[in-house]
Amino acid sequence: MTQLDSRPGPGAAVDRRRPARVRTLWILAALAALVLIMIASVAFGSRIVGWADIVAGVRGQTDTLAQAAVVKRIPRTFLAVAVGAALGLAGAVMQGVTRNPLADPGILGVNMGASLAVVTGIVSFGLASAAGYIWVAILGAAVAAVFVYAVGSLGRGGATPLKLALAGAAISAALASLISAFVLPRSDIATGFQSWMIGGVGGASYDSLRLVLPFLAVGFAVSLLSAKALNSLALGDDLAAGLGERVAVTRGVAALGAVLLCGASTAVAGPIAFVGLVVPHFCRLLVGLDHRWLLPFSALIGAALLTAADVVGRVVARPQEIDVGIITALIGAPFFIYFVRRQKVREL
Amino acid sequence: MTATHSLLVSSLRLGYGDRTVIESLDLTLPPGKITAIVGANACGKSTLLRSMSRLLAPRAGHVLLDGREVHKMPAKELARTLGLLPQSPVAPEGITVSDLVGRGRNPHQRLLSRWSREDDAAVAAALDATHTADLADRSVDELSGGQRQRVWIAMALAQQTDLLLLDEPTTFLDVSHQVEVLDLLTDLNRNRGTTIVMVLHDLNMAARYADHLIALADGKLHAAGEPSAVLTEDCVRAVFGLDSQVITDPTSGKPLMLPLGRHHVAITRP
Ligand SMILES: Nc1ncnc2c1ncn2[C@@H]1O[C@H](COP(=O)(O)OP(=O)(O)OP(=O)(O)O)[C@@H](O)[C@H]1O
Ligand SMILES: [Mg+2]
Repeated sequence: MTQLDSRPGPGAAVDRRRPARVRTLWILAALAALVLIMIASVAFGSRIVGWADIVAGVRGQTDTLAQAAVVKRIPRTFLAVAVGAALGLAGAVMQGVTRNPLADPGILGVNMGASLAVVTGIVSFGLASAAGYIWVAILGAAVAAVFVYAVGSLGRGGATPLKLALAGAAISAALASLISAFVLPRSDIATGFQSWMIGGVGGASYDSLRLVLPFLAVGFAVSLLSAKALNSLALGDDLAAGLGERVAVTRGVAALGAVLLCGASTAVAGPIAFVGLVVPHFCRLLVGLDHRWLLPFSALIGAALLTAADVVGRVVARPQEIDVGIITALIGAPFFIYFVRRQKVREL
Repeated sequence: MTATHSLLVSSLRLGYGDRTVIESLDLTLPPGKITAIVGANACGKSTLLRSMSRLLAPRAGHVLLDGREVHKMPAKELARTLGLLPQSPVAPEGITVSDLVGRGRNPHQRLLSRWSREDDAAVAAALDATHTADLADRSVDELSGGQRQRVWIAMALAQQTDLLLLDEPTTFLDVSHQVEVLDLLTDLNRNRGTTIVMVLHDLNMAARYADHLIALADGKLHAAGEPSAVLTEDCVRAVFGLDSQVITDPTSGKPLMLPLGRHHVAITRP
């Protein structure tokens, strides 16, 4: 990652060290919090487990039910971290690409596009391999992203924040009904789909992790490398072009990074909403608007938030589990309403 | 930093959708000089500036920088030579002054390069030149219109280009800040040889500060040349549809335009 240098330049009137130091502190704090949450995610669950079993489980023993439960929590934790980071980062990139504070993989219908594509693949084409799900989900996410952006740009003023969010919400609703129409007649798969559609990481295994990680890695790389370009895009298309960015190409590449992240995470964890909306706003308060800091920080906080939400979902309704998609919606919906109600929804 | 570049426009036609805004325009912008473009609202000044910085592709004709077609040059290479400050740019909510000015360094940075000493020096010099150094940590949202305008100019200066196009850089500024900005641009021109092309609405400021004055009317060139040759009563009438009296500024020797409204008829005319 590139970052601001801490050396003072000759005659530098601005002390660039102070903000850089504050940002570094926040990043370290977020890392520490993430590690603690990951430990909690292995330690706590719908089954109450003693420390001895936790330690044994982490070592790989599965002699008791408690140890087996702990063993299953490990890939689940990693998946929550990966998906949370992907969604937080994707949200920050989408907000940067569209210069829209309401952009989010859920609100813009991208996750729902991925879901519909997977459902269609399974129901109509007998798609059965998990790797196939991922490709199809990414394709669906890309189509939905382009379609929502095109619809949101129709009419006067181009893609304003509210129009884009409305187009996303409308298309999401339409896609969700299509999914129901596909799934409901199929009693053999309906139950499994219901929990997948809510969004959760409970079904995690090392196999699913291994499949999805390459896609996420490419998505991460493309997104993080777009940071500088997003900084220029934030000043408006004219200035960005004046600063030497090829605006359309840059937009497309950054959006592709976000679509990879959304498609891949939806394929393994279902359409989880609001993480991508809330996380970047929170991060901007702490590390500012420079995408070179904002993007990695959003990934960190996204990972922490989703993992924490998953832990909460496992412990509040023991012995039942609440899927993480419900918890993030409970956190995110009030935030979304607050945001839309703010008098002016300005372009970023 | 003293390289001079030739920028010229030949048989240029520009438009949006099915509307043509500029019809077959030929212009040469004298290298190393200050050029001011004047004209009525909506006559195509911003459109011309956007096209010269490759934001708008020509319908016909060319924009040539040192003989090369601007629209075919690599984006970053062009951005290291030619900078543009658009009319009324919008800053992202909550951005700080130093962050905004630092973004002017984009064309000098590679994908993975770190923030360098040159970047620091360029930003510091730009802040100093525009008297915005003490605003560096403030949020741009909290600034007055004039302060904000100076910050945008600082961003354009941080880009360190040999050619600088500015669309109405003095709008929002009180008269002393207008003079300050124009003096600053003049310094830049005299000390570094930066070629300056700016759109101005104040004809008298344009006449005083520009070496070369271009008057556009309805997307066509009305007149171009020395301010004293261009800024005449006939020109003001043709370009703005306004009666005026043009006298010689006793301080600068440049033409000075006094508008005559319907209620103020000239008592004596030379
Ligand atoms: N993006 C656009 N799409 C369509 N038409 C445009 C666009 N931008 C400008 N125009 C039209 O082109 C014409 C010239 O506009 P331009 O902005 O170049 O005028 P201007 O000379 O800069 O005016 P002003 O002094 O008010 O800034 C106007 O009629 C305007 O409505
Ligand atoms: Mg204009």
